[in-house]
Amino acid sequence: MNILVCISPVPDTTSKINFKEENTAFETLGIQYVINPNDEFGLTRAVHLQQKVGAKVTVVTVGDTSCEPILRKCLAIGADQAIRVDLQPQDGFQVATQLEALCKKTNYDLIITGRESIDYNGGMVGGLLAVHMGIPYVPNCVHLDLSGNDVALEREIDGGKERLKSSLPLIVGAQKGLVEEKDLIIPNMRGIMQARQKPLEVVSPIEVTAATLVEHYEKPPEKGAVKLVDAEDIDGLIDLLTNEAKVL
Amino acid sequence: MAVVVYLESQKGTIKKTGFELASYGRAVADALGEQLIGVGFNLQDTKSINPYGMDVLYNVDTPEGSFFNADRYSSTIAGIASKEKAQVIVVSSSADGRYLGPLLSAKLDAAFLSNVVDLPTQYSPLKVKRSCFTNKAFNRTLSQKECNILSLSSNAFGLNEQQGDVEVRSEPYAEATTDLEVTAIDQATDKVSIADADIVVSGGRGLKGPENWHLIEDLASVLDAATACSKPVSDMGWRPHSEHVGQTGKPVASNLYIAIGVSGAIQHLAGINSSKVKVVINNDPEAPFFKAADYGIVGDAFEVVPKLIEKLKARKH
Repeated sequence: MNILVCISPVPDTTSKINFKEENTAFETLGIQYVINPNDEFGLTRAVHLQQKVGAKVTVVTVGDTSCEPILRKCLAIGADQAIRVDLQPQDGFQVATQLEALCKKTNYDLIITGRESIDYNGGMVGGLLAVHMGIPYVPNCVHLDLSGNDVALEREIDGGKERLKSSLPLIVGAQKGLVEEKDLIIPNMRGIMQARQKPLEVVSPIEVTAATLVEHYEKPPEKGAVKLVDAEDIDGLIDLLTNEAKVL
Repeated sequence: MAVVVYLESQKGTIKKTGFELASYGRAVADALGEQLIGVGFNLQDTKSINPYGMDVLYNVDTPEGSFFNADRYSSTIAGIASKEKAQVIVVSSSADGRYLGPLLSAKLDAAFLSNVVDLPTQYSPLKVKRSCFTNKAFNRTLSQKECNILSLSSNAFGLNEQQGDVEVRSEPYAEATTDLEVTAIDQATDKVSIADADIVVSGGRGLKGPENWHLIEDLASVLDAATACSKPVSDMGWRPHSEHVGQTGKPVASNLYIAIGVSGAIQHLAGINSSKVKVVINNDPEAPFFKAADYGIVGDAFEVVPKLIEKLKARKH
């Protein structure tokens, strides 16, 4: 069984976001990149399946050489091999098209993307890839169990969960809940050493233009100072929320 | 030519996000000089859309007992969009809306633009403001495609009532293209969800344990609010992760967000940044949340919250 986990390197969640070149580009100076948290939940589930059913886990990212430390980290976590498509993508459509080309060369039974990347929040790669491949897609996936070719899944919906069934091949959009935070694998020294020997293949991109281009960035306007209300003056708070903020 | 919006419903009743989408769609259709067309499934109250200026509403019947099916829904909407030569299609930012958006985009060879927070500033090519970095920033995105699917952030546009007398049409339910099937839905229908709520009450580690959550639930109940929690609270298993709001949890875009005993980590603040008014109750005056909030009380939640509940109850009667 072949599992492909799509990885997006993103700024660490504690990052302060700044822009450069007259607000047309993201300022990467001082930014620590990490595996997109949603992708990491998916990778962890894939490594569990690797141990349980003997699946082979491939990680892939579409990006330049600066993404390779993140791929090495995925290998240290337990992926068997890594692929980097050598393109600095402009949008999710370009990423999905590159992945489609890859998936047409090798058959993957299960493809895992993150629900969304926490930088551009597009949340589209899994869905686009699924339609292009003619296979099902389950985003916001919080449960995935395999029994031969049959798959039992759960999708988190507003205010609850939906239970689904399908068969392989299939794409899921992983998020917290697919595995828990405590299940995330912290690479040990042995894993890190092994990762150096594991294959990391660089693939040339196919030619495809982006569907969208970001022209300009801006930060939210500065906020005014908080209005403090005395802990004894609950009526004062209710009055402010009712008459000033008009939200009660 | 047309603008198409997907109207989400629950038990046949169009949700509030549907009215917001219709209001937004009307403004886009007016700018383009086109018709506004809605698509809904199993709607029983089609007249409720009248005050939002919709021209045509396709009401699609699905087999009895069937569930939301993103594949069949998106094929049905894509079919209508093609027939009506839609230039802009608007979906919500709910779990279902963001599920359908990319599928529609692939089926129609259209661009998908998530987290849209305003009307497009131009239409050919389309340019629109979106939030990114989980609400830590915004960008202006220029589409390279003729047809565009926009996922509108909830509460970003609001409601805009006007006269309307919608023409209701029927449309066959598209066939499935994959074998994926929903077998059951476990959904708390008695509680308002974070996505649908006008008010969200959220608790953090300052509440000291899950046994104290009645404070959050009682306050939420008197305000008809949804309940939420911070990441540590869900990681410790005090609350289900479906309640976790923040960068890796759910986004919140309510009118009022009340945070109790939440310190306000940068990841949490990012997730709730789109909420209009933020209130913090925390005994630590140095908590970062005070920098992000509009109103704050420095005080013990165990003393302040019961009083607040009591006053709000008294006010209701």
